[in-house]
Order: sequence, then C-alpha cells, then structure tokens
Amino acid sequence: MLDRVSPLRDDPHREAVIRVRGVEVAFGERKVLDGLDLDVYRGEILGFVGPSGGGKSVLTRTILGLVRKQAGSIEVFGEDLDELSPASRRAVERRWGVLFQMGALFSALTVKQNVQVPMREYLNLSGRLLDELAMLKIEMVGLKPDAADKLPSELSGGMIKRASLARSLALDPEILFLDEPTSGLDPIGAGEFDDLIATLQRTLGLTVFMVTHDLDSLHTVCDRIAALGQGKVIAAGAIDEMLASEHPWVKSYFHGKRARAVMAAGA
Amino acid sequence: MPQATLAREPQANIDDAGGEVRATLAGRWTAEHAPLVEAHAQALAEAAQASRRVIVDLSGVERLDTLGAWVLDRTRHDLGQLGYAADFVGARPEHNILLNEVAYRGFQPQPPPRRSGFTDFLADIGQAVSRAGRDFMGGIGFLGEFSLALVRVLSRPARFRGKALINQLEQVAYRGVPIIVLISFLVGCIVAQQGIFQLQRFGATTFVVNLIGILILRELAVLLTSIMVAGRSGSAITAEIGSMQMREEIDALRVMGLDPIEVLIVPRILALILGLPLLTFLSALSALFGGGVTAWIYGDISPDVFLSQLQASIAMNTFLVGLIKAPFMALVIGIIAAIEGLAVEGSAESLGRRVTSAVVKGIFMVIVLDGVFAIFFAAIRY
Repeated sequence: MLDRVSPLRDDPHREAVIRVRGVEVAFGERKVLDGLDLDVYRGEILGFVGPSGGGKSVLTRTILGLVRKQAGSIEVFGEDLDELSPASRRAVERRWGVLFQMGALFSALTVKQNVQVPMREYLNLSGRLLDELAMLKIEMVGLKPDAADKLPSELSGGMIKRASLARSLALDPEILFLDEPTSGLDPIGAGEFDDLIATLQRTLGLTVFMVTHDLDSLHTVCDRIAALGQGKVIAAGAIDEMLASEHPWVKSYFHGKRARAVMAAGA
Repeated sequence: MPQATLAREPQANIDDAGGEVRATLAGRWTAEHAPLVEAHAQALAEAAQASRRVIVDLSGVERLDTLGAWVLDRTRHDLGQLGYAADFVGARPEHNILLNEVAYRGFQPQPPPRRSGFTDFLADIGQAVSRAGRDFMGGIGFLGEFSLALVRVLSRPARFRGKALINQLEQVAYRGVPIIVLISFLVGCIVAQQGIFQLQRFGATTFVVNLIGILILRELAVLLTSIMVAGRSGSAITAEIGSMQMREEIDALRVMGLDPIEVLIVPRILALILGLPLLTFLSALSALFGGGVTAWIYGDISPDVFLSQLQASIAMNTFLVGLIKAPFMALVIGIIAAIEGLAVEGSAESLGRRVTSAVVKGIFMVIVLDGVFAIFFAAIRY
C-alpha cells in the first residue's frame, strides 16, 4: 500500500508548497519520524492523522523549526529551510501562520493586541489601519467586536481558538498550520470552526496543514488526508482512497464504529 | 525578503477625462507596502472630489491581500458617503471574493476611558482602603473557618492527617534550618560588631552582651525567622494551593465530600505553628553564637565572660517573649498564604500575582504584629 503514496508524491500538475523528504527525528533512542515523505499542494486542505503520540505534532514542529531533525530535507515555497539565511528564513516564516493546540495567546495582552503583535513587528501601518485591520481579522474569525478588548483568561475555549486563528492570519499567510483545531470544542462549535476554516481558505487562498483527530473535519473540509504510522506516511489521498486503503491502522481508523457513524451521517 | 524587494510596488495611474476619473491600479496591493497603499488610496479619494464618478480598474493588480482590499473598500465607502460613486471593474474572481468578504464596515472605536488625574487618584485610594477592609474581614472569616475545621479534626482524631502534617513539617521547618541558621548567624555577627564599635567610646564594651542577648531573644530571632518563613513557605503554600485551584483540584476535593480546608490547609498551618517556634529557637541560638564569636574577636570578650554576662542580663521572660510570638506569626503567615492561594483564578499570571501578594502581605503583617506585641508586653511589663 506504500505504492498508493507515490503517484501523489510526484503529481506534476500541482505546485507543492511544502515538500518533506526523508525526515528523521529521534528523541534519544526513540525514532519518532523515520524517513518521512510528504507533499502539501498549494490551495489544498491537508488533514494529517495518526495514532496519539505517533509524531503528528512532531512533524508540524519540525517543519516550523521548533524541533531539530537528524536527517532529511524540508522545502517550503521551493526553498530548502536548512540553506536559508536567517533573514530569508524569517521571510518564509512571515508567509505562514500557526494555530497552536492551546491557542498560545499572550496572556498579558488583549485579543486585539495579540492580533497586532505580528503586525507591529513586521508591517509599517498607520495607527488607524492597525486598529481597523485587527478588528477586521477578529470579525473574520467570527468573534464579536467586544471580544477585542478582553484578555485571553476571559475567553471560552472556542473563543480562544478563534482569537488565536485571527492572530495567525494577521500577516495574510499563505500556509496555515492548525494543530488539532477542533479538539476541546463541542460538536456544533467544531462544525462551525470547520466551516470557518473552509471559508477562509477559499477567501484568502490559503494552503492548510491540519493535524486532527476529528473524523468530521476530515470528512467535511479536508481535500486530502495523510496518515502517519511507524514514522512514515502510510497512506495519502482523498477520503475515498483512504477508505479503500488496506493498511490495518488506516482500515481500523476509517472503518471503526465512530468512523462509520460519521460516514453514514455524511452520506 | 528577496520577494519584497523585487516585488512591484502598488501603483495607481489616475486619469481625469471628461467628468469621470479612471484609476488604473497595478502592482501588489499588500501589507508590505501599507504606507504606499494608503497614500494611493488617499490620492484617489482626492482626485475623485473633482468629478462625480470614479472607475477603479483592478485588472492590473498582481496581488491583493486583506489590507489592500480593506483600504480600497474603505475608500469606496468614504467616497459613497460624500455622494460620489466609485465602481470597481476588472477585478479577478479571487480578488472579488476578498473584496466582498472584507467589505468595509465602521468599527465603533472604543471610547477611551475618561481620565482625570485627581479623581482617579482619590478613587484609587478609596479602592485600596475598601480592599484592605475586605481583606481584613476575609482574613477574620477565614480564621473562623480554619478554627472550625481544626475543632472538627481534633474532635475526631481518626481524621487527622498525620502524614500530611509530618510532610509539611519537613518542608516548612526541617528544610528551612540551614538558611535560617546561616542568616541568623550573620545578623548576630553584624549586630555585635556595630554594638562593640559604638559602646567602645563609652568604655562599656561588655554591655554588648546585654544588647545582643536582649535584642536577639526578644525581637530579632523571631522577626528574621518569620520573614524567612513568609518568603519561603508562605509563597510555597500559595503556589501549591493556587495551582490546585487553577486545575480544579480543589473542586474535585469538594465534590468528593472532602473539605479542602481540612485536607490541605489545616496540616500546612499546623506545620507552620509547630515549625516556626522551633526555627525561632534555632535562630536565636545561632545568632547568639555569631554574636559571641564576634564579641570574642572584635571586643576581646572571652566565651567565659560572654556566657556569665549573658546569664546576668537575660531572664526566662526575655526568651519567652520571643517564643510566644512565633505561633501567632505562623498563624498570620499561613492564613494569608491560604487565602491568596484560594483566590487564584484561571491564568498563570494570576498565580504569580497572588504568590507575590502572599509574601508581601505576610511580611507586612508579621512586622505589624511584632509592633502590637511590643506595645502589649510593654503594657504588662513583661
């Protein structure tokens, strides 16, 4: 079934904005990623699944440069991240936005100030535009304007995710990394968040890399799914291809009791 | 970034022909070029004043982001308000989606809070006073809760958590011994040295023994120890209870039918009440030893003379005055630390603030209480 990956890997018609080749990451003796290959194409929403503790977040953090890899290469926008000067690396970092699992909002700042942090750092904006743009992003993610002057400790879980999404969109990124965006939200909130991501993806032309466990998200918003197992991508493709996969883990994931319920509801 | 330097800057060619203004936009209308984007939009708005109609041709725009779309739509909206019609033509489909999504809306600017230096100053004072009053009442109330829990525990000794008490005693008293003994020794040395220098001028060097004996036993040992314990154990208690409060562990205890005051706070405060007098005693010994060593070196007072002079100058009550105060200090430190810990809210920031506040209030109250005791002992001539 590894063969299923290769046609997707070499799809010549689409531009791969993230190209991961042979990445190895080990913590001490334990190899978490072992020669992992993955492509993320421009304009798609890629869902990344895998067992808990299997290294999904590690891959995200490796691409983002928060975890060191022992081998392999990662190209983003066609540039090898290892060969970039610090300045051009920062330029690449400006073109992606990250939504961390817990939101990672700066607790001492209000929502609006949080959104303005990257804007102040990188853009030369007039005071009026800075305020208007921050409010625009806050509204785009579906928060009410009165949330703008609240501190993160005054927000609910769903609002924290939205506020954090607004901050990750502050610089109009081309790639959006989402780490379990719907975990900890109720099904209605999770559904709304999925819709929001799909809408933003269309409006802003984003490429979305989403680590998730949420079968509903995989089914409704993801264009393509990649499954991680034993440190490699064991299957990748649209939901139909995943359903047809023979790999035992993929099979039990997409044909389990919970998955069947979702598919039945979606059909 | 290389792309930005090579990128084409936003351009707007404004063509004023026969009653209508035609603006042809080109380049990248993105956030990197925010000042230019705003300047062009401003120029466009000004050019439009001359005619009734403006046509904005977007077909040459290479890239548009939320900032560019926002500024363009804001300009259109502003012109509309003034009675000028502005139309966007030739926008690419993806740019149209963005323009629609970003559609200008006025954000109600938050009214800046009204500020008046003097009234704010008065209001701050008022708030501080009422907060201090509430703190005091809260402290008395908590003392009551603690006493009730203590009575409940003592009336049914089976429920007494001996292990927790021993564990806390180790944390509060045993592990605090080295640092308290060390600083007491040093303070004893310093007081003795200064005493010798000042008393030498009167030829009364040996009275330094009376000075350090009385000062250390009545005041210094218990004050030093209390301040150290407020800093060491008060902060630890607030942090422990506060982080349990943050993670809903206190609520978990409550729903199991356990009283958090009985389970968490009684052992800690009891450990403080038992531990602080013990530490005070050690502190006094250590400070006297330091004073004795210094007196020997600087004042040529031999240990024999030091000891006999000490015996003559102090009585049992000198020793007891210091020791009696210790449990009360412990109670005040413990109550403040527990109240602050239970007042922690959701964020780690609030935890930090509460720990600081526990230490500051603890040390302050220890010194106030020491003053009250000084007045009290003077009044009863003890």
